[in-house]
Amino acid sequence: MVDASLKRPLSFDVNGKTVNVDVAPMARLLDVLREDLHLTGAKEGCGEGECGACAVIVDDKLVNSCLIPALQARGASVRTIEGVAKGDVLHDVQKAFLTWGGAQCGICTPGMVLAAVSLLEKNPKPTEQDVRVALAGNLCRCTGYMKIFESVLKACETAMARESASEAAR
Amino acid sequence: MRAHVASYDLVQPGSLREVLTLLAREPGVYRPLAGGTDVMVVYAGGKLAHTKFVDVHGLRELRGIVVTDDAVTLGALTTYTDVQAEPTLGREFPMMGQAASETGGWAIQNRGTLGGNIANASPAADSPPALLAYDASVELTSTRGARWVSYATYHTGYKTTVRAEDELVTRVRIPRIAPGAQGSRVHMFRKVGPRKAQAISKVSFAACVDVDGTRITSARVALGGVAPVVLRVVATEGALVGADVTTLDVAAIGATLSREVTPIDDIRSTARYRRRVAENLFVELTRKLKAHVGLGSQAR
Repeated sequence: MVDASLKRPLSFDVNGKTVNVDVAPMARLLDVLREDLHLTGAKEGCGEGECGACAVIVDDKLVNSCLIPALQARGASVRTIEGVAKGDVLHDVQKAFLTWGGAQCGICTPGMVLAAVSLLEKNPKPTEQDVRVALAGNLCRCTGYMKIFESVLKACETAMARESASEAAR
Repeated sequence: MRAHVASYDLVQPGSLREVLTLLAREPGVYRPLAGGTDVMVVYAGGKLAHTKFVDVHGLRELRGIVVTDDAVTLGALTTYTDVQAEPTLGREFPMMGQAASETGGWAIQNRGTLGGNIANASPAADSPPALLAYDASVELTSTRGARWVSYATYHTGYKTTVRAEDELVTRVRIPRIAPGAQGSRVHMFRKVGPRKAQAISKVSFAACVDVDGTRITSARVALGGVAPVVLRVVATEGALVGADVTTLDVAAIGATLSREVTPIDDIRSTARYRRRVAENLFVELTRKLKAHVGLGSQAR
């Protein structure tokens, strides 16, 4: 039996705020987010990296939080679904999911939205194929995916329309 | 049975030297943990023999890709995302990027490492067939020193390798060839799984064949998922080298390949299916070779 009863101090940024928690050495980032920090947006689907329901963004990279020991996030900047909207203003991707039926039961939605946000930050004008590739690690058992892909593409249209409107106004 | 988190320990030394010292002091006790995409799966399922882990993910010594005239050398912590972004790999070793892009989804590719893939030694891993086809070498480092071993001799059996318990996979080297030195090169990577993305392979196939005119001057063909180890089919390669692409005896060489593979029935597929797919992928390679020398229809 390993004497791992001593928890270790851990400090990292979550959605722009520094948090300090004491964690078991092999506690998963997902469990620390949900149980210690009460950020329950990230879900545990499969617990083995197949479904993407636990996806978060760590240092600008999409990852599965069920596969990361929380201690590996020391000093990192973590974004969860709770940090995607700015106050009451939803992100374009969130609005599009609501408008175009991208969310049904909601279990996959936080991971899907974060995967889409991660895509749009790298590539603001993705093709449908780009969207399919970026979301390949996120499983949904309700929508049949088409409405999710459509929502992501609509979110890009919204962002681009706003950009050209603000350029025209200048 | 889920893992009971309090039974497990993770230590985080700050340098490669400290990690190697720990591995030397207690060989086999600490399991190295890098991106976590493989170890954390078995850990969470409570299926690991190890209860102690040593975090190597933060080791700067194991990061980075160095391109020199004669080789591309990748740090063991190179991720699948890094592999896809490296321009020299894209130009000269395209199967590396293809294999990386078909390993899990983005969230896996951002964390999974080449060194971890090699150390875990799964016969179904996606990068190893490409590494074999490109004649890669692996650097193993311990407090006793560093040694390079040909990746072709690295695997010794199902999930067993020449790596000693105090050794860490630290670098991977892929030799470059001078432009035009071998005529022209055909690369073919194919992964066959239950789904196009985010699936573990049933069979994977990587071939790197050099052709001078219509004559095959060198051939390296490797398969995953068809044997206890990721396999170079050396008899098949021998039959290809020296042969003329225009008169290739596809049936006979395909039969040779079929004798070299020893697939099994398991949760992912059946032996029969895997053997047939391996044979079909070989036929696809021969079509690609024929198309390359200007014969027949363009292979997909």
